[in-house]
Amino acid sequence: MESMGRITPSALSTKDLPWQILWNKEKCTLCGGCTAVCPVRAIDLGVHRKRSLQVPVGLETKPGNLFAIYHGIDQRTDPAHACVGCGMCTMVCPNGAIAPLHSEGIDKLRFHVNQGGEPRRRGGRRNNPDSVLDKIKFIRISMLTDPALDAGRHEFELRTLLGRVLPPEEMLKVSRENGWMPPVREIYPLVIGSMSFGALSPNMWEGLQMGVAYLNEELGMPVRVCTGEGGCPPRLLKSRFLKYVILQIASGYFGWDEIIHSLPQMKEDPCAIEIKYGQGAKPGDGGLLMWYKVNKLIAAIRGVPQGISLPSPPTHQTKYSIEEAVAKMIQSMSMAWGFRVPVYPKISATSTAMAVLNNLTRNPYAAGLAIDGEDGGTGAAYNVSMDHMGHPIASNLRDAYLTLVKLGKQNEIPLFAGGGIGKNGNLAANAAALIMLGASGVQTGKYIMQAAAGCLGSEGDRCNVCNIGVCPKGITSQDPRLDRRLDPEQVAQRVVDLYLSFDTELKKIVAPLGRSTSLPIGMSDALGINDADAAERLNIKYVL
Amino acid sequence: MCRLFAVTSNDPLSPMMALNALNVMKEGHDGSGVGLFLTDLGGEFEKFKNEPILSGIFSNDGIKALDRFMIDLDFMVKYKLSFRPTKPTPSGTPKRDNYVIRVYEYPAEWEGLSQEEIQFRLMMVQLQLREMGEKDKSMLIFSFWPDVIMIKEVGDPLTVAEYLRLDRKELSARTILSQGRQNTNYSIDIYACHPFFIQGMSTMTNGENTAFVPIREFLMSRNFPGYAGYQSDSEVFTHILHYMQNKLGMGMEMYKHIITPLKDDELVRHPDGKMLRNLKQSCRPLIIDGPNCVIGCLPDKTMFMVQDSKKLRPGVVGGRPGIFAFSSEMCGLDAAIPERDINLDDQPMRYETVIIRRARQEIEKWNQWDALPHLH
Repeated sequence: MESMGRITPSALSTKDLPWQILWNKEKCTLCGGCTAVCPVRAIDLGVHRKRSLQVPVGLETKPGNLFAIYHGIDQRTDPAHACVGCGMCTMVCPNGAIAPLHSEGIDKLRFHVNQGGEPRRRGGRRNNPDSVLDKIKFIRISMLTDPALDAGRHEFELRTLLGRVLPPEEMLKVSRENGWMPPVREIYPLVIGSMSFGALSPNMWEGLQMGVAYLNEELGMPVRVCTGEGGCPPRLLKSRFLKYVILQIASGYFGWDEIIHSLPQMKEDPCAIEIKYGQGAKPGDGGLLMWYKVNKLIAAIRGVPQGISLPSPPTHQTKYSIEEAVAKMIQSMSMAWGFRVPVYPKISATSTAMAVLNNLTRNPYAAGLAIDGEDGGTGAAYNVSMDHMGHPIASNLRDAYLTLVKLGKQNEIPLFAGGGIGKNGNLAANAAALIMLGASGVQTGKYIMQAAAGCLGSEGDRCNVCNIGVCPKGITSQDPRLDRRLDPEQVAQRVVDLYLSFDTELKKIVAPLGRSTSLPIGMSDALGINDADAAERLNIKYVL
Repeated sequence: MCRLFAVTSNDPLSPMMALNALNVMKEGHDGSGVGLFLTDLGGEFEKFKNEPILSGIFSNDGIKALDRFMIDLDFMVKYKLSFRPTKPTPSGTPKRDNYVIRVYEYPAEWEGLSQEEIQFRLMMVQLQLREMGEKDKSMLIFSFWPDVIMIKEVGDPLTVAEYLRLDRKELSARTILSQGRQNTNYSIDIYACHPFFIQGMSTMTNGENTAFVPIREFLMSRNFPGYAGYQSDSEVFTHILHYMQNKLGMGMEMYKHIITPLKDDELVRHPDGKMLRNLKQSCRPLIIDGPNCVIGCLPDKTMFMVQDSKKLRPGVVGGRPGIFAFSSEMCGLDAAIPERDINLDDQPMRYETVIIRRARQEIEKWNQWDALPHLH
């Protein structure tokens, strides 16, 4: 223990930390489970000296002291070992003797997480529970003028399209002339957003893939999952399950040697190619896989040396303009699969998104646009990027849709929205709101990690250590000792559970609106919000 | 719910025949309005098969403005039938100055124009007049087309008919669409009254259109000036039909495939599944979600009825060679054509389109599962 005489500027007490460990001496068995499981080693076994006063009755014996020791827990207070509130200690404690509690005030740790001049980096989310999507209500209920449908018994077709859809006149002309018809995929409107092999543990990845395969092959739900920019295991590339996968290429081009070399052995085309230009969590910044997670397997798949950090550039280095970056890359990727696979860009939500969209409308190979809002999650980013950079998804998506409506191309370029969908648990409501604002479908990552694998992250800066490979649930670690905590079979089961429940909830939303035969894309007359400014901005009804 | 009645007959009929049938179904409508579409005209209008007829309601100022506008365009009135009711207005019906039906002679300079150009110009004249009238409420324009008369008014159908004396002998038609309700789900607006008309075709609908907004956005972004209005969510059914026929060059057999396409797994089993899948994808924003029964009339006077894919509204077709009727209720059909073989009545279901051609000989049925008659 440091002496009291050595207070440094960054010397903190447990009270200065966001999380305080409460420990109950009476219940503690001293098993050591909590100290072993703590991902950031925030607690140590401690030996405490205890003085008891001995005050006998009467005057014969003078009062004295009895010095004893007891064993227990010490909470560390240096910034590198501050408790992250994950609560794994509570989970492993046989007696419920320990738990982290969030401090009521504003912590002082935030002023000291830049030791050595290195700003805070973390994984997770924006840590802001506000959500415009949560405030949107579905107000057009079929009441007497038309019958509300039965969500449980009606037939529903709630699929969407991913791919460039030709306008009817052109489609007929191309059909007549036997011309090239852009590939279009009929998919489920909830896509598992891009989380890379590397960002996620092998067990998590396997669980997601198994869940997706089951949904497709056993339940007939055409669910798709995007790889993120870390490449794709060769076994999957050469399997029939590739058709359920959207391969992502990003500015680091990680894994693309392997993908290109696997082309001749591919039995199936991938569902689509997503070209990542930006990400909602850290817009204008490239992907980041910190060295902790670059083990032998990840290094092999990504084609890099082990144990080095992999910061992707913020942009595709060989391309210097939107025409270069978008048109040429889309064309190159389309050509690689013989123009049989839809290729679309993914950008961070930004006030400049309309310029990108306008450009895409003039590119006959652009198969859609994915827009990722500021509430998107990430495995690693600078805190400042996550907290302060980016554009909310709702208004950006709405602007994009209305831009397409003005051009008459709202059905030609499907918009996929991501970033904060289900951030407070309302996955179906948030997805339906975005669809009715004009999205053809939505992408979600964080909700999947929480529901399918038990990710501990919350909008209150809990855990968020995905970046350093110590995920206590084994979701984002690359350490086999941690990964084995996650059973891929159980992840797959949870993926299926969450999709089935999402499907029921989506029906429970659209059926009372009288919709069942097609996804209500752009059905903005069904939406209302009790915020007049938001209503005006989104061009929906203001309701009180 | 709205009540619909349409009749097609070899012999011209008074519109009262249709309105009486509507009256039989009165229990089912709230008497808030009436709309009539008359074509294949008889009576006085038989002589003017090729000249455009303007139908509308005008204030006295509106009539003057109309005359100035039409004279400037070099349209000359050839024949007119105006009602200037003198009786007190029925309850709920506004006081109007003039109900106008005028046959015009084409401007000399239109001679030699292509049929398509003439049809476009006629539509533009109708739209311009409507816009002029909207400013000061002096004109309400329902149609401007050869061999078509439209009458609309707020109020109980039969009372309005008596008030306007629609039983007059000058007024008769072989093909009549009639609808007995205003669009009471929204504010009363005479432009929301069915049937709707664009370039020779007309439809009327039973039920709310829950997919209205995306359909309207799609149509309005086609850059065709006629795709406007939309005081009623049912107007899009007419415009989808127009878009399909005039813009995509497709026949009536494709209407169901556009508004209620087969499901993805059904298309796998359809003989023309590949083409229909492409069509479904390209026309995705035009998919309706019911509950709707659509009755309409094409420029060649073919009448049809289709249902939404959930078949959530009633609709029956029956008759005998020479006369057939489409009704939203069986009692309407019974009242209109009692002497028919009811075993031949048909209630189209979710996959079906029912049509009666101008020869009026039989009920023709198509099913969406049928192979397409011709592929493009």
